[in-house]
Amino acid sequence: MNAALSQVVALGCSAGGLQALRVVLGGLRPDFPAAVIVVSHTGSEDVEMLVSLLASHSKLKVVEATERRLLLSGTVHVAPSGYHLYVERDQRFSLSVDPKVCFVRPAIDVLFKSAADVFGARLAAVVMTGANDDGALGLQAVRAKGGYAIVQDPLDAQAAVMPAAALRVAGADVICPLGEIAAALNAWCA
Amino acid sequence: MSRPEAEDVEVELFIRALQLRHGYDFSQYTRASFKRRVQNLVSSHGFATIGDLTARVLRDDAFLAPLVAGLSVPVSEMFRNPSVFQALRQEVFPLLASYPHLNVWQAGCAFGEEVYSLAILLEEAGLYDRTQIYATDFNDAALGRAQEGIFPLREARTYSENYLAAGGSGSLADYYHARYEHIKLDERLKRNITFANHNLVADGVFCEPHLILCRNVLIYFTDTLQNRVLGLFRDSLIRGGFLCLGNKETLDFAPVAKDFTAINQRARIFRLAARG
Repeated sequence: MNAALSQVVALGCSAGGLQALRVVLGGLRPDFPAAVIVVSHTGSEDVEMLVSLLASHSKLKVVEATERRLLLSGTVHVAPSGYHLYVERDQRFSLSVDPKVCFVRPAIDVLFKSAADVFGARLAAVVMTGANDDGALGLQAVRAKGGYAIVQDPLDAQAAVMPAAALRVAGADVICPLGEIAAALNAWCA
Repeated sequence: MSRPEAEDVEVELFIRALQLRHGYDFSQYTRASFKRRVQNLVSSHGFATIGDLTARVLRDDAFLAPLVAGLSVPVSEMFRNPSVFQALRQEVFPLLASYPHLNVWQAGCAFGEEVYSLAILLEEAGLYDRTQIYATDFNDAALGRAQEGIFPLREARTYSENYLAAGGSGSLADYYHARYEHIKLDERLKRNITFANHNLVADGVFCEPHLILCRNVLIYFTDTLQNRVLGLFRDSLIRGGFLCLGNKETLDFAPVAKDFTAINQRARIFRLAARG
């Protein structure tokens, strides 16, 4: 068994998500200690492109989340397109090509639920801009396991459907505009 | 760590029940996706808990088939990741062309999307008449579907685009008939395909293939089972034979890695050393 990661952050977004990710990742402090996982529906087929794009806006190391690799603290892991991304009990990633959830793969719900199972109260999950309901049930699972929920204020989001659905289904510990999410995460990790 | 959640215990008991009562061993499946599939079965069949599902499968043999169908993962498309099929056509087929007879094993064939894709490419390369394709799966319901070669019409457009991107030399429509809401693949494509039940978890070396295609199957397995299956592939392949895995799968962690050379790392095509 690997040493338990003390804190993990999972970020989910869809339409408008690329800009949102740049802002949030760019605002995390350089010594941000948590392992960060990103599911974005807007990623191109080519995950390497998304990885390098996000890397140029982040002080943290950005890598593709690959199957059987350990989650690393202080590192951003980006879900590849076409696969659902899960976290296993031994804190490694796994992938599946199971049917789409909420019409998407990777689905935020899938990642959030499996991460909630493994990390419980050590997980913070963030739902940002997006045009479908994905992430709402996942966030509900995160909160049920004692995790910390941050939702972008729908009024501030480029596409309000996803954060609005998350608030309706799961509620949140913090509701704030995009520009304040990184600060909320920095504070949570303090 | 704290004590396990009740539902995680239920998943383990479910796995144990399937193993003891029916001989299906899912103990080496990665848990997160397996648990999600079991939860889906619980809700789609109207059970309250995984424990209720376990009770049913212990006592109702007729329930086993739909259960196994729900636990296996038949999601694919024709020419999925076209660049992989193009790589097979351009980099592997020319090397296979020197053999008088070819065996191809597709392990985990699901509904047959990739089997027929292979058959079409082999046909266009002029190799199909001397090829025997073995398409295997442990899920009989999926095998039955694969044998029919019928797919939803709404997929035809994606399949056609994939086919062209894979370097197909005609039009995919040359190989199917559209009826109602479905497409049915040409019977002639089946002439050299044998569909058979083979379970990678339990069954042994198979058919001395020149090429094994096994894509997006290993991602569901733990290290232990991946290593077993990759060993099985190495021992089955002829010397100098080829192995094609899914785009996110890797040999990196496996003891057999030393026996293979990457032909095309991006397409996950590997070749077994001439001497093993």
